[in-house]
Amino acid sequence: MISPFSIILSGFLFAAAAPLLQRFTRDRAHVILALYPLLTLLLLINEYGLVVDGPVIRESLSWVPSLGIGLSFALDGLAYFFALIITTIGLLVLLYASAYFKGDQRLPRFYLLFMSFMASMLGLVLADTLITLFVFWELTGVSSYFLIGFNNQRAAARAGALQALLVTGLGGLALLAGFIMLGNIAGSYDLPRIMESSAIIQQSPLYPAILFLLLLGAFTKSAQVPFHFWLPNAMEAPTPVSAYLHSATMVKAGIYLLARLSPALGGTELWHYALSIPGAITMLLGAFLAFGQTDLKRLLAYSTISALGTLTLLLGLYTDDAVKAALIFLFVHSLYKGALFMIAGSVDHESGTRDIRALGGLYLQMPATAAAAVLAALSMAGLPPLLGFISKELLYEAKLQAPVAAPFVTAAGVCANALIVALAAKFVLMTFFGQAHSTPKQPHEAPILMRIGPALLAGFGLIAGLLPDQLASRLIEGAVQAVRPEIAPVHFSLWHGFTDVLILSTLTVGAGIALFRWGGWLLVRGERMRVLASLGPARAYDSLLRGTLRLANALTDAIQDGTLRHYLLLALIFLCVLLGAAAAPLLRHGTLPAMSGIPFHEAATAVLIALGAVTVASSKSRFTAITALGVVGFGVSLIFLFYGAPDLALTQFSIETLSIVLFVLVLPRLPKLLDTSSLSTRIRDALLSSLLGLLVALLVLLGADAHAPSHLQEFFGEYSVPFAHGRNVVNVILVDFRSLDTIGEITVLLVSALGVYALMRSWPGERQ
Amino acid sequence: MKSLIVQTTIRALLPLVLLFSIFLLVRGHNDPGGGFVGGLAASAAITLYAFTFGVEQTRSLLHVRPFILAATGLAIATLSGVFAVPVGLPFLTGLWTPENTPVVGAIGTPLLFDAGVYCAVLGVVLTIVFELMEE
Repeated sequence: MISPFSIILSGFLFAAAAPLLQRFTRDRAHVILALYPLLTLLLLINEYGLVVDGPVIRESLSWVPSLGIGLSFALDGLAYFFALIITTIGLLVLLYASAYFKGDQRLPRFYLLFMSFMASMLGLVLADTLITLFVFWELTGVSSYFLIGFNNQRAAARAGALQALLVTGLGGLALLAGFIMLGNIAGSYDLPRIMESSAIIQQSPLYPAILFLLLLGAFTKSAQVPFHFWLPNAMEAPTPVSAYLHSATMVKAGIYLLARLSPALGGTELWHYALSIPGAITMLLGAFLAFGQTDLKRLLAYSTISALGTLTLLLGLYTDDAVKAALIFLFVHSLYKGALFMIAGSVDHESGTRDIRALGGLYLQMPATAAAAVLAALSMAGLPPLLGFISKELLYEAKLQAPVAAPFVTAAGVCANALIVALAAKFVLMTFFGQAHSTPKQPHEAPILMRIGPALLAGFGLIAGLLPDQLASRLIEGAVQAVRPEIAPVHFSLWHGFTDVLILSTLTVGAGIALFRWGGWLLVRGERMRVLASLGPARAYDSLLRGTLRLANALTDAIQDGTLRHYLLLALIFLCVLLGAAAAPLLRHGTLPAMSGIPFHEAATAVLIALGAVTVASSKSRFTAITALGVVGFGVSLIFLFYGAPDLALTQFSIETLSIVLFVLVLPRLPKLLDTSSLSTRIRDALLSSLLGLLVALLVLLGADAHAPSHLQEFFGEYSVPFAHGRNVVNVILVDFRSLDTIGEITVLLVSALGVYALMRSWPGERQ
Repeated sequence: MKSLIVQTTIRALLPLVLLFSIFLLVRGHNDPGGGFVGGLAASAAITLYAFTFGVEQTRSLLHVRPFILAATGLAIATLSGVFAVPVGLPFLTGLWTPENTPVVGAIGTPLLFDAGVYCAVLGVVLTIVFELMEE
């Protein structure tokens, strides 16, 4: 029996052990680390029958039972399908990266981050409650932030990582809000319950809001227009990272979410338009912008955006054919895009550049890489007999049968696919064939571990294309059923006969080749469009980020100007406002208690405290002020004693004693007390402090009379002996009933001691 | 303060006050006292000692650095709450020996918690005092 939870947990354990492994195995950690995806993959293949035909494997751990939140996982067809992609490509990229980073000091860090990402991604697709899903969703975001910014000495890498984190993080927040609303309507965060509540959700007045928030999350993660700009900038990541995150896994998380929730939310008119319009725009714009790129990785990134748009569009159509086409296209795209990214990395690694204008004729030096590139590119272009061809046929079939605007959707598809064909041709022909240029490094074939990945992925595209019914259809069968349970069994074949789909395919390939051959005019326009596009959302992101920082700076300058008196002034004014708001209703309704029958010793102590306070404020010497402050403190402890609170009095006495000692120690370090403040400042301060004192006194007097009925006193009085074995209620509250608060308080104490330590050690001019 | 009278007095007083601070800690559950006051009393005694004999000598008397003491205190307090977890109770639930335990009566994890508070307070005050005294 397969346990999703242990799979995820062991992934994180491998991640944690990776740096140590690297040290103990003398740079051969990849051999051990590769066992994780390999074993998981074998386990998954072994359980194939169980997943596709048997009941869904579910597992639940108690997490926050008081909120009804569990850590639940489920392995159904869709999760199985994604888990296969994640582990297969993860395994190949891991081996690829071990050669790519050979000898790099940062390899332990890379393994740690890479393995945590893999485990988080598995957690995301295996999650069975919205909250679990969200946690892993954010974990992929955080680990991808570190992976994109892996070359952390480059400013562009840091900026790209931050951009990806902020854009997807913002989407993540929207997603959480959407999840909570969804959970409230369905009455549970468990995915099966949410699927059952489909009708209630779709009729709820909150449905449009939920859909909007969820789409915000999915669209930012899966780089849909207008949030697409982070993906090309994330190409600052090392190539193995892009091959894994930006082709097959993280950017597909948004698509996964849409597919996962489509049985609950999908099929409405709103769903249809809200997904297919942005999807179609992203599909076209991505392919169009990719066309003008000269950097191999950025070219792939923009074509990935286009593919993600296609997937969103297909899920928006949400017909049987569209879902089938989406899943098979997702699979094909992961295969060829993963391979092409790795190939781009190999070219960069061995020749020193990935600028397409500086490359050419590499097939002589890198024959194996070139062969894999040709296969992958053929699949990308959708030519028979590769799996890409089958996927494109299905795509056209789904688009022709789109419920709304089928001609428009089909035309957009043909345009985007023609551009993709041209891109595939450009990638392979301009890199590996044609005129050879001199490159920064003398190119040679990549090491074996860097050839395995692309070769296997591209080769599988060919084999699955030749045996579609045996491999491809079996692969996505479970996933299709999870998304559309009442669908007929899936069958694929390479040859459909002479249909209109075949005509479209031929047209696409012809147009693509023409574009590649004579597409210069489009290139010029693409260049212009690229400038425009970078002005749009990316510009908005920049100004939003800069505006936020400027606002934060202005606020900090205004509130924290470095003068202790001003801090105090602001804090006290704020306190006055709060207390005033609290005292106002009491003033209207409350009555002041009668001021008679005050015993002499209490009155005398009160007068003593008041005298001490006046002395503190008016004294010209610090020493006098501190002594007078001591009088105030001891007076207050006396009052505590009069009112039967020996604990408080005892503590207050000790605190007063120690405070005076500390003051004495600080005193010699302070400058002489000078008359620096003007008369008006002093009047202002006197007014403010009198007002505050008056407000506090009023509140205490009024509050003593008008407090709300409280059962705390009886509760603690009754339960402190039987539950906590103590008669001293104050202490019982501190160490038992409210001990969590006490932990917080002593933590604050420790932090303030650290603060004193740091301040004293950084005293200017003294200790060096 | 190099006065012989003060030095002799402090030497005699220090163990007594420390003992008293422990007394405060232990009785705190039923009578006025507790870890917080106990820690304050102990730190007052040690501060007096430091005034008389200097920080260096006090540090060597303590053996541990005050901040380590404070951190240990926080760790003890947190750890005292962990005991409840394997029993299936929420973090920080008090666990008690039976009521009729000879000599001490019922004792439980809250006493350990209070001891943690004691150490944390003592460590924090001493950290601040020593830092201020050492130029």
